[in-house]
Amino acid sequence: MLYREVGQYKTTYAADQAIFPIAQDRWFVWIVVAIAFIGVPLVANQYLYTEVLIPVLILALAAIGLNILTGYCGQLSLGTGGFMAVGAYAAYNLALRLPETNLILVFLFAGLMATVVGILFGLPSLRIKGFYLAVATLAAQFFLEWAFSRVKWFTNYAPSGTAAVGQLDLFGFPIDTPARRYLLVLAIVVVLAFAATNLVRGRIGRMWMAMRDMDIAAEIIGIRPLHAKLSAFAVSSFYIGVAGALWGFFRLGSWEPLAFDINRSFQVLFMIIIGGLGSIFGSFLGAAFIVLTPIFLNQLPAILGISLSTAAISHIEFMLFGFLIVFFLIVEPHGLARLWAIAKEKLRLWPFPY
Amino acid sequence: MLGPVLETLIGGLLTGVLYSLVALGFVLIFKASGVFNFAQGVMVLFAALSLARLSEVMPFVLALALSALIMVALAYAIEFLVLRRLVNQEGIILFMATLGIAYFLDGFGQSVWGSDIYKIRLGLPQNPIFILESVFPGGLLIDPAELVAAVICAVMVAALAVFFQVTRVGRALRAVADDHQAAQSVGIPLNHIWLMVWAVSGIVALVAGMIWGAKLGVQFSLAQVALKALPVLILGGFTSIPGAIVGGLIIGAGEKLAEVLLAPVLVRWFDLAGGGIENWFAYVLALLFLLVRPQGLFGERIIERI
Amino acid sequence: MRAPAVPDPAAGDVLLAVDNVSLAFGGVRALRDVSFDIHRGEIRAIIGPNGAGKTSMLNVVNGFYQPQQGRITFKGVTRAKMRPYEAARGGIARTFQNVALFKGMTALDNIMAGRTLKMRRSFFWQLLRYGPAMAEEVEHRRRVEDIIDFLQIPHIRKIPVGKLPYGLQKRVELGRALAMEPELLLLDEPMAGMNLEEKEDMSRFIIDVNNHFGTTIALIEHDMGVVMDLSNRIVVLDHGVKIADGTPLDVQGDQAVIDAYLGVAH
Repeated sequence: MLYREVGQYKTTYAADQAIFPIAQDRWFVWIVVAIAFIGVPLVANQYLYTEVLIPVLILALAAIGLNILTGYCGQLSLGTGGFMAVGAYAAYNLALRLPETNLILVFLFAGLMATVVGILFGLPSLRIKGFYLAVATLAAQFFLEWAFSRVKWFTNYAPSGTAAVGQLDLFGFPIDTPARRYLLVLAIVVVLAFAATNLVRGRIGRMWMAMRDMDIAAEIIGIRPLHAKLSAFAVSSFYIGVAGALWGFFRLGSWEPLAFDINRSFQVLFMIIIGGLGSIFGSFLGAAFIVLTPIFLNQLPAILGISLSTAAISHIEFMLFGFLIVFFLIVEPHGLARLWAIAKEKLRLWPFPY
Repeated sequence: MLGPVLETLIGGLLTGVLYSLVALGFVLIFKASGVFNFAQGVMVLFAALSLARLSEVMPFVLALALSALIMVALAYAIEFLVLRRLVNQEGIILFMATLGIAYFLDGFGQSVWGSDIYKIRLGLPQNPIFILESVFPGGLLIDPAELVAAVICAVMVAALAVFFQVTRVGRALRAVADDHQAAQSVGIPLNHIWLMVWAVSGIVALVAGMIWGAKLGVQFSLAQVALKALPVLILGGFTSIPGAIVGGLIIGAGEKLAEVLLAPVLVRWFDLAGGGIENWFAYVLALLFLLVRPQGLFGERIIERI
Repeated sequence: MRAPAVPDPAAGDVLLAVDNVSLAFGGVRALRDVSFDIHRGEIRAIIGPNGAGKTSMLNVVNGFYQPQQGRITFKGVTRAKMRPYEAARGGIARTFQNVALFKGMTALDNIMAGRTLKMRRSFFWQLLRYGPAMAEEVEHRRRVEDIIDFLQIPHIRKIPVGKLPYGLQKRVELGRALAMEPELLLLDEPMAGMNLEEKEDMSRFIIDVNNHFGTTIALIEHDMGVVMDLSNRIVVLDHGVKIADGTPLDVQGDQAVIDAYLGVAH
């Protein structure tokens, strides 16, 4: 009843190809964006910013990056953590050595460096079919982790081996409160998510999906496999690099390579599996799920009135994630995003059952 | 100079044997179902944990038998709950499913058996042996546990190789690996085959876990060994049992030698904060191998017919 | 793309020439010293009993297989090796026996994918989408809708192709090939698995494509009625060897062809 498309006729192809062809969807998104930019800062507290909103947004960005490569183009990568590290350390070094550089440029630089490193590791193995990119990215992950902990130049010869950022400002405005950090991260993520959505809906997205679905058939319509895979890898690395820089600067403040280890890679991979492979919206859902679940699990014993050790909670987390991964792969490979879409389908018919 | 290098080489080779044991489990499953079972490492850990904890309360042999039973039950559960429902999905989906299984087993294993470090007592001679004392002063140090591992590994490999080549079941496994649906359509009971392969793989994991555990103590990091098996398989070929052995030896020896010979050089040249090349050497080696010989030393070239 | 109407396509100039092509997989000799040509604007059928090497022949033309011997000359350019995407860029499009559609995408998207070669707007315009990229998208959408109307499948365009019945999937695949505006269209058993009505529809589409757009067609087909009705000329293969080459009338009466199909030992 509420969600009907009655009366919404598309009279141009452009209208048919819009991001949100259904008016109610458009309203929904605008409302969410308004709430995000205006509503949230009015009511949120520090905990919400630092433990929920900022991590979800930044990891969603990384998830979008990985989704482009794995969900849309079908190439598995296990090096997300390593490329986030590249972004973080690139941003750190630029901000350190050229302190006058605009913050936005610093993040763009982070993305570009991640792209370069990504292409370096990816290029040889993109020529080979199958699942071998996973190996290259795994090699990248371990090598980069090692490099950032051993090559002292990256951390400016700090005796502790950690990188730390100080006061940050953008165009003269200091970014020092959680609210300001949140707004800046939000703005960056929204812009990049919009760009990603545009990419995947156009010829480039179709090219990627063609490679994923049947690379042989993709070749016969004129797609060059190396070009398609490389472009997906480059864009993906860029997003992941920016996310890494944001993570280091706005979530951690100071970090060691351990913050970007193989567990981080798996974490982002789980986000896109649970959230939905091949869905930008799903990347947000997956990030939210993965970030919120441990928080929820930590509150659970208190709510239920039983006591669990932190180790036990961690084990439960592992089991839950493992279970959900398998569950989603079997039941709904398109993850939460598809469940959301199905719910909307039901809503279109509501109150009728079919 | 030669003495220490040789010692490192032998030590590396023996570590390599242990890698091979784990890789064997991978090869079995991949050969029969085309699945890269990421959970293999956790299975090794789970098996070792079961063995360690059970042998605290019962005689070793009984614990071993019971652990074997547990691994078979685990295989059955995995086949029934997961694999059956993912028939003919692409490799990447199956791999991610095994990733989920790995995480689940990790949490489950530690919930059930606990997360401390446990010991497995195999009654192996603990004292190092020294060989070639006449050639090198002081002799070369060899760990007898690893020697035993090498022997066990050799026996397992021989048995498995025979099994695959000669028996009817082995042939059926090869058919299944080639094409699930085609194998089904000629009457090969897919589910039974997978069940058996995972069970055998579970037993292999148990043996690997037993030996690793005896050497290192059973702990969390055993699961990371799974990742190390990937380079082994790339070098050896995903479907080759002898390849797993050779690959394991090369990786094991290569890693140790790189750490001892290459790392000091790199530390000097680049002013690094320490070595630790072992962390990535295997993977980079695998990557280089991919460029030169993607099917590995013993793997099969894939010809695609359209 | 409309080519000028050729009065007798069989006498037209040569679009594709296959010269002494031999292809072997390990011990299996798929093609042995096969030579024939295809004239611009004609419909050329490639027929033969199972295992004759017909699909292998198309795969060679397409660039999927590289022949051990022989040359292919397309539009005057001779080459021994070619990648499939080079063939596509050169103007060769193809359908497959087992429909090779992108199962995760809708019918519309599949056919739009066929326009990939024609879409030029750079990466950065794609990022923005609004503006030149959108204009290009709409322009190509128009062409694709023309094809969808032509193939009479507007009602299924938003449906993921994995959910479509086989006959409609084949139509979508044809649509994708047509979207490339090819000069040479290779059809591998387009009628396979179809009932009489569907075959009539498909035949009509093939004839229309040939007449309206002037597209040269090479066609593998088992249904002899269809082959005799549609084609200008026929090549017959058996066990990798060419055993006949001529008009339908010639081929129908050829003893070697009859023997091959009836399975006379030779």
